[in-house]
Amino acid sequence: MSAAVATSQAIGPPLWLLLELTYRCPLQCVFCYNPIDFAKVEDELTTDEWLRVLREARALGSVQLGLSGGEPLLRDDVEAIADEAHRLGYYTNLITSGVGLTRERLSELRRVGLDHIQLSFQDSTREMNDFLSHTRTFELKNRCAQWIKEHGYPMVVNCVIHRLNIDHLDSIIDMAVRMGADYLELANTQYYSWAHMNREHLLPSREQLQRAEQTMLAWRERMKGKMKIIFVVPDYYEQRPKRCVNGWGTTLATIAPDGTALPCHTARMLPGLSFPNVRHSSLREIWFESEGFNRFRGYGWMKEPCASCEEREKDLGGCRCQAYLLAHDAAAADPVCSKSPHHGVVVAALERAQQSRVPEAPLVFRRRESSLTHS
Amino acid sequence: MTQADRPSIRPGIRLQWEAVQNAYVLLYPEGMVKLNTSAAEILRRCDGLRSVDEIVSDLESAFNRNGLQPEIEHFLQLARAQGWLSAAQS
Repeated sequence: MSAAVATSQAIGPPLWLLLELTYRCPLQCVFCYNPIDFAKVEDELTTDEWLRVLREARALGSVQLGLSGGEPLLRDDVEAIADEAHRLGYYTNLITSGVGLTRERLSELRRVGLDHIQLSFQDSTREMNDFLSHTRTFELKNRCAQWIKEHGYPMVVNCVIHRLNIDHLDSIIDMAVRMGADYLELANTQYYSWAHMNREHLLPSREQLQRAEQTMLAWRERMKGKMKIIFVVPDYYEQRPKRCVNGWGTTLATIAPDGTALPCHTARMLPGLSFPNVRHSSLREIWFESEGFNRFRGYGWMKEPCASCEEREKDLGGCRCQAYLLAHDAAAADPVCSKSPHHGVVVAALERAQQSRVPEAPLVFRRRESSLTHS
Repeated sequence: MTQADRPSIRPGIRLQWEAVQNAYVLLYPEGMVKLNTSAAEILRRCDGLRSVDEIVSDLESAFNRNGLQPEIEHFLQLARAQGWLSAAQS
């Protein structure tokens, strides 16, 4: 048996199901991980098609469900989807900017059994939040936070961290504390899609990062037992790559708005790989038999230095999308790894990040026109 | 947590049997823990009605074993530190 045709016994269930209900979003965040060419995807799945995906995935063992986007609340069937998900036994997480949320919708979501809401902020002040998302949404988000608390949900706040807001970390954490957050996710930007295009603007300096970590650790100590702070470091500053999505085709199945099934939400960018669509195949066929999901399972696809590396089982060679973006080969070692022959690309990006300079290329906001121009 | 406390699974966290994994799991915002048998048997009894003492004697009779108290209390402390449990005072 070759590694590429693993049998279904060897493959675990897709425990995590992520539904990207739509790529539409009123926000225009400069670090968005949706594909650059999102504007070309128009044919969204219908409610019935999403419900079928839910049933098929649950039968395979999916249990954690993410409803994301774009902004999922731009669809008027999030309630119907959450209702069916609850009936099937999913733990349902809504990942939202808050745009489109009302008290009425929240009551209905609560009633049908939505388990948790993750609300995103871009920064701690109206000026920066509204600049980074290119929308006037700061006050709306604060209102949403209040409603979420009122409805008895755990309060989960997410803020993507990068060069332009990392120095405000103290006031970002302070804001989350004042909101009564139970969990705060401070996710340093990972450089894919729009964030990759804007990397020169977004990658923090080492000094910024160290200061931020100290600030975070002090708050973590202070809020022990009251608020859980999750801090995701930018992997460019690591010596070994991350075990991306817990391993290709091991845990996560993402369904894009048009029904394309992906082993991770950015895998769509990889050339030469065909990903199946839930409109044409069952999720069982997709998960166990499709070329797209089998391509990077196991170790058989690895090249040197990964193939003979003693740490290959730990990090699985890192992230395939990052290998493609930085080494132009999706089967190469993730260049974040210091053993990668392409590691110099990461080192050079880090060196530029230590200088105080204004990048030549302008900051590109994630909007329809830019999507069509850049794809 | 004292022996009279009545621990319960915190709101927003769910204990559930998963046939595909052949195990009980604990589900919480964006995460999941697969539980071993003893962890599951303890957590299943954390219903906010039974005291720690009652949970201990219940498990001792269910598994026909004595002296489980230290092990159970240790696990309950851990579970509480993880934020899975709240303990209503009796």
